[in-house]
Amino acid sequence: MSAMSSPIEIDDEAAIVARARLGDAKAFSELLRRYEGKIFRLALHITQNREDAEDVLQEAFLKAYEHLDQFQGQSKFYTWIVRIAVNQALMKLRKRKSDRSVSLDETIDTGEDTVAREIAAWDENPEQRYSREELNQILSSAVDDLAPIYRAVFVLRDVDELSTEETAEALNLSVPAVKSRLLRARLQLRDKLTRQFKRKGEDAFAYM
Amino acid sequence: MLTCRQFLDELSDYLDEKTDPDLRSKLEQHISDCPNCWVICDTTKKTIRIYKGMDPYPIPADMHARLMTALEHKMAKKG
Ligand SMILES: [Zn+2]
Repeated sequence: MSAMSSPIEIDDEAAIVARARLGDAKAFSELLRRYEGKIFRLALHITQNREDAEDVLQEAFLKAYEHLDQFQGQSKFYTWIVRIAVNQALMKLRKRKSDRSVSLDETIDTGEDTVAREIAAWDENPEQRYSREELNQILSSAVDDLAPIYRAVFVLRDVDELSTEETAEALNLSVPAVKSRLLRARLQLRDKLTRQFKRKGEDAFAYM
Repeated sequence: MLTCRQFLDELSDYLDEKTDPDLRSKLEQHISDCPNCWVICDTTKKTIRIYKGMDPYPIPADMHARLMTALEHKMAKKG
């Protein structure tokens, strides 16, 4: 998002939040406009269902509006609303998979999932082989193949570019938990993307 | 020398430049000796780069309209 497209500069966010807290509807709408796309994408990655993701989007912004007085302003507004949205999204997931609980802090298997299966060099700019739309399709379906506990961490940390600490805060996880999930997510995505992007003629274990 | 397993365990921190200089030089030694880990490191770096800062598509206009309507209802109630 470029600053040009927004009437209010990014740096003014604290001021926008302050105005929203005083009941300024326009200020709250500005926050909504700024983050609705990211919240929807995150909700879609967690729930993997458009209807659920739209519900999560609405519930998150309505709850944020309702509880705006509880937002302390020490963290970013985005981190705060992500936390609300993730809780709503996990509730949706639990409803769908009522037989087993879904949690972001379930223990992870530290064994097989970091083993690299595809080892091959990529083209210099493999993304140029695809249209923007095709590339987005490839990238988001690779994320959707990850376990839910990895998806949210990866999207916040590497797509939205939150810090490790902010991601931990948004997901209510410890910093080491974020780091171990991020490592696994990155390695699994690397594996998946290598299948798409490896240099022609190169194959797995070509370097062994 | 580090094992490949130890190298992979540190890969994320290494790519985020969060490792201390001593460990960093051991990791660099490992990739210069181990072609497989070099490829994994390089392609993981590219994986991160390709996702970084991907802007989300704007949500569809009708979805935005429904969100605004729900919010206006809420605002009217809150008064
Ligand atoms: Zn190695």
